[in-house]
Amino acid sequence: MSPGRRERGLVRPYVVTDGRAYPTRNTFDLVTLVMAHPDRPLAGLSPEKRGVMELCLGGALSVAEVAGYLELPVSVTKVLLGDLVDSGHITTRSPIPPAELPETQLLQEVLDGLRARL
Amino acid sequence: MDSALASERAVYLPGTVRTAVKLLVVGHFAVGKTTFVGSLSEIRPLRTEETMTQAGALVDDLAGSERKTTTTVAMDFGRLTLSDSLVLYLFGTPGQLRFTRLWKDMTQGAMGALVLADTRRLEQSFPVMSVLEEQGLPYAVAVNRFEGAPVFAEEEIREALDLLPETPLVVCDARNRISSTRALISLVQYLQSLHTRTPQENV
Ligand SMILES: Nc1nc2c(ncn2[C@@H]2O[C@H](COP(=O)(O)OP(=O)(O)O)[C@@H](O)[C@H]2O)c(=O)[nH]1
Ligand SMILES: [Mg+2]
Repeated sequence: MSPGRRERGLVRPYVVTDGRAYPTRNTFDLVTLVMAHPDRPLAGLSPEKRGVMELCLGGALSVAEVAGYLELPVSVTKVLLGDLVDSGHITTRSPIPPAELPETQLLQEVLDGLRARL
Repeated sequence: MDSALASERAVYLPGTVRTAVKLLVVGHFAVGKTTFVGSLSEIRPLRTEETMTQAGALVDDLAGSERKTTTTVAMDFGRLTLSDSLVLYLFGTPGQLRFTRLWKDMTQGAMGALVLADTRRLEQSFPVMSVLEEQGLPYAVAVNRFEGAPVFAEEEIREALDLLPETPLVVCDARNRISSTRALISLVQYLQSLHTRTPQENV
């Protein structure tokens, strides 16, 4: 990336996403966890998508963190991630569906985790 | 700092984490949201921005000839890994984002909210409390103690904020990790009580 590229305001969202405001899929929550597939070729990816891949190859992060580290709006980040999921570069780990884990159990785990920090 | 590669700054989640949950930290300007999130977060809090038209729609044509009034809305957030499998995200945001996509993103799937309040301007907490009520998002209130701010009895604050009897009201110091953790615990206990309706059993 050229110098100054990351300065706030220099990223033009609608250039980055080829003019699209919405991702190809609507499955991203701010806390959807995403991971990069290590074996996918990066050749042919736009610089922004390459940036997402370079970040995500290090391990799991939430959609919000990807947006935060790359200094991109969440809406743009979702578009990029949607494309990368479509092309098999990124896999997601969605928030566990409520049916699989009762909210009471989840809340208890949150409570236990918080109390352990006191 | 910002020139460093994002991948070098990033603090990744343990590979065992399977579930991510979120809570909101809301309140008016300068009430201590950023401070609160920063005290609790295990990562340096991150910030993300979205450019909106005045009406709240995303700007859809930055190069367009038509001049639109745009504003930038921001939220900051932090992370707490609570166990091998569970991570909690805290999103700190002002309430006037209610018509924005960012607000929708934040509230969707959120378990609840902690409303920070300042006794020097309690009335400024009303707008955000109304938004939470409209959206059916349960909340607890934490009075963030500022030096020189008036100290009121709990009952007086409850009355001034027009709180329901069951809404938790705690005092916290957003700069202090333990105090902030306790405030979050009060919120989560309350959320639990809404499910079980027998809060004593779970304490
Ligand atoms: N005395 C005191 N000052 C605080 C406390 N929390 C935040 N502040 C200060 O109040 C100011 C506004 O806090 P900030 O977290 O930026 O508020 P935000 O606008 O809600 O994000 C900052 O200067 C903080 O250092 C607190 O608990 N006690
Ligand atoms: Mg702030």
